Amino acid sequence: MIELEGLTKRFGSKVAVDDLSFTVRPGVVTGFLGPNGAGKSTTMRMMLDLDNPTSGSVRIDGKHYRELQEPLKYIGALLDAKAMHGGRTAYHNLLCLAQANRIPASRVAEVLDTVGLTAVAKKKTKGFSLGMGQRLGIASALLGDPEILMFDEPVNGLDPEGIHWIRNLMKQLAAEGRTIFVSSHLMSEMALTADHLIVIGQGRLLADTSMADFIHQNSRSYVRLRSPQQERLRDVLHQSGLTPVEAGNGTLEIDGATTEQVGELAAEHRIVLHELSSQRASLEEAFMQMTASAVEYHAHSAPGHGPQWAPRDKGA
Amino acid sequence: MIEAIGLTKRYGAKTAVYDLSFQVRPGAVTGFLGPNGSGKSTTMRMVLGLDQPTSGHVTIGGHPFRKLPNAPRQVGALLDAKAVHGGRSARNHLLSLAQLSGIPARRVDEVLGVVGLQDVARRRSKGFSLGMGQRLGIAAALLGDPQVLLFDEPVNGLDPEGILWVRNLMKQLAAEGRTVFVSSHLMSEMALTADHLIVIGRGQLLADMSVKDFIAHNSAGFARVRTPQTEPQQREKLSAVLTEAGGRVMPEPDGALRVTGLALPAISDLAHGADVRLWELSPHQASLEEAYMRMTQAAVDFRSTDDRKAGLMQQPAPGYDPSAAVTASEVPQQGWYAPPPPGRNPYASTPPGGAPTGRDPHPDTPPAAAPAPAAPAPAGPPAPAAAPADPTESSTEDAR
Amino acid sequence: MASVPAVLQSEWTKIRTVASTSWTLVSAFVVTVAVGALLCALLASTFDDLPPTEQATFDPTLFSFSGMALGQLAMVVFGVLVVGTEYSSGMIRTSLAAVPQRATFLFSKIVVAGVLALVVGTATSFLSFFLGQALLGERATSIGEENVLRAVIGGGLYMGLIALFSMGVAAMLRSSMLSLGILMPFFFLVSQILAAVPYAKDVARYFPDQAGSKIMQVLPQTWNGDEVPYGPWGGLGIMLLWVAASLLGGFAVLGKRDA
Repeated sequence: MIELEGLTKRFGSKVAVDDLSFTVRPGVVTGFLGPNGAGKSTTMRMMLDLDNPTSGSVRIDGKHYRELQEPLKYIGALLDAKAMHGGRTAYHNLLCLAQANRIPASRVAEVLDTVGLTAVAKKKTKGFSLGMGQRLGIASALLGDPEILMFDEPVNGLDPEGIHWIRNLMKQLAAEGRTIFVSSHLMSEMALTADHLIVIGQGRLLADTSMADFIHQNSRSYVRLRSPQQERLRDVLHQSGLTPVEAGNGTLEIDGATTEQVGELAAEHRIVLHELSSQRASLEEAFMQMTASAVEYHAHSAPGHGPQWAPRDKGA
Repeated sequence: MIEAIGLTKRYGAKTAVYDLSFQVRPGAVTGFLGPNGSGKSTTMRMVLGLDQPTSGHVTIGGHPFRKLPNAPRQVGALLDAKAVHGGRSARNHLLSLAQLSGIPARRVDEVLGVVGLQDVARRRSKGFSLGMGQRLGIAAALLGDPQVLLFDEPVNGLDPEGILWVRNLMKQLAAEGRTVFVSSHLMSEMALTADHLIVIGRGQLLADMSVKDFIAHNSAGFARVRTPQTEPQQREKLSAVLTEAGGRVMPEPDGALRVTGLALPAISDLAHGADVRLWELSPHQASLEEAYMRMTQAAVDFRSTDDRKAGLMQQPAPGYDPSAAVTASEVPQQGWYAPPPPGRNPYASTPPGGAPTGRDPHPDTPPAAAPAPAAPAPAGPPAPAAAPADPTESSTEDAR
Repeated sequence: MASVPAVLQSEWTKIRTVASTSWTLVSAFVVTVAVGALLCALLASTFDDLPPTEQATFDPTLFSFSGMALGQLAMVVFGVLVVGTEYSSGMIRTSLAAVPQRATFLFSKIVVAGVLALVVGTATSFLSFFLGQALLGERATSIGEENVLRAVIGGGLYMGLIALFSMGVAAMLRSSMLSLGILMPFFFLVSQILAAVPYAKDVARYFPDQAGSKIMQVLPQTWNGDEVPYGPWGGLGIMLLWVAASLLGGFAVLGKRDA
């Protein structure tokens, strides 16, 4: 469990993180979202006591990070794939960390095996590709078998097999009752991984809610229907006060209904359905909806972001 | 149009790319996929004339890159976001590129606007974030208003808005009739962007076909069926009927059934016949990731294993419940463990795009958003197993 | 608090497993001994050509340490790299996440690297001395003479302290390149030039290297040597103050600044 209370960080007159309070709970994967410059990295660094907060505090299982005896046994973090000494081998980089926290050396070989780096364990890390560096970083996070894990953009540089692996790893660790906190810009990836979301913009908390609720609150959801008896189905739906909309390809869409409701209705009137599914917008759509409505974000948006994302290349 | 014929590249005894032949056609976004070390970057570098093929050749619009008259006006590429002189401002960097190929300075400000860097145009690019560097690289690619564009991992470092922007940009460029060739490791992103796929593994062509065909060829879709929760006997009944009719039925964690081997209308009719009410009947198309994984399984360099934790003599912490790990996996979350159906995909008749619920990787965006003229017939062989795999021997391949 | 022995062991592994640190120590050793030996051999053959005043004030012990002017630069590089590569590689974030107690982290690193530098420095000093004396022939002195042992041990201390001073500077500047850019010219040029300029040398004699090197002098006044207002141990004390100041400064920076 990670608890943030009134966490604030100023760099000169610029407020990077503004009175941020939330709790990351065990047993689920919590996604940490926000546009570039929203303060995600600063927040994560303060969680690890790398940056000093201007005010507020972070508690790891009720303790300040500095009070942790052997922190790697409580919390493991992947912040930056390249946060290792390039002139040292993968094995030795991890061995230094293990020794500092009295973790047996045998565990080093084990985590290297877990992330699939055994074959290059004795190679200096400066020759590593981004993906290999990322795997090494993940290995260092797993080293102390901690109950809390933090990953900043874990899929960066990984190939599809690696992406799939880290996603399942995070889910599995959460299922074991651990606290998993992961930041990413990849909404489609987050949608597959996270159960809970914390969204910040301009250093402030925008949302702290479950994935399903987030999508539900920030976008349209509807029921999609397909039936060989479409005319009768329409009539039945209209009679029950529902308004189906023709969506092409012989499908109907109904806002504000549940599949249960429609299923019962169809059964009652003996109408055959060839599809009855509930449709949700994607996390990306919901996220865009939310950050677009957070007006102050756009007003002060960093250069390169904001409304001009829409492509308008007309060519020369 | 990019055309590679028998492209081969050897570095000493190691063959990075072997006898690769493909075409990248205009008017569509073509995704370029493959595991790390499969030769994607080498191929892209050969397309751009940066590496010389050992044998074979690759042409852009009929000419090898080095023989193209005024190449920057015909080909734009984003290969490495950091391939910029850090001491120069973004605008000067583009200006120097523009001057090299006789592009008017006005165009520089235009592309800076397109990528949203106009406000930092005069700042040195040294202080740029990865995302800003990426935008600058895209600006450089667009500079000459080229007909052929190559992007290597274009969304690297971009935030969600940037990712959406790049995706729409690529689709729009393709819709304008340009040739857009994109490599990426992000399957979920590719599924939303690409119309056509070229997949390589160990330097050899594994597939060259539309995204739709690729998914249909390489993985099984399934149907999710839910019966009223209040009447568990209905679920049993339906399960029995569907199994009898030749379907494969597996329970899902939330009480629904996952059915393979039966088309949706057939399931509906069977349910109807058995007098079972349905609360859900939704088609699920397998994801591009599943299809890709199945195809390239043999061609992966770094395979991760389970964390055994034998090295830690530590007792499980309080709250640690080993059984919790098991409960969640009644049905494999990514269903590619299930064998593919013999022959055709039973859901080939249902439209693509599927019916995702909250966590499906493919929200209802059909893969082909851009009008793709002359939709190419699948040219590649239908997914042969990858080249002989020897993971131990190859795992250092990426260490360059 | 983190377990200090564990952190010491970890820092030892860090030093042991990077080639650059061992190479700098090896070069400190080789350069000092080789240059010292060379100059001793050269001087032995040309001693009679020296003016009589210089012959009279010749300090064979100090002369055998002539290689240290160069060898100390390798010690500077060692000290800077031990601390500086934490920053340049980004390892500092990983290290501090593992050992969040900054004092434990920094001082364990300094103890391990400092002891190593002292051991190598002492070995260098003794070998330089014995080899130098062997080559000086009849001009040589022996370890049993008054103050000679003090000078030889002092030579080792000097080498170790130079490394420690550099570690403190690197911790303050948080950059290998910047630290080397300041320390190398300072020790190689600035300090030695200022020490030869009238008036400036009154200040320069309080510089860490100028003050510290007095410990290696056996005769109070050697050729081109000035009279200084402190003795050999006083000089070493001044150097110790410099080292303490730089280490405390480094610790203050590490504690206050964001990693």
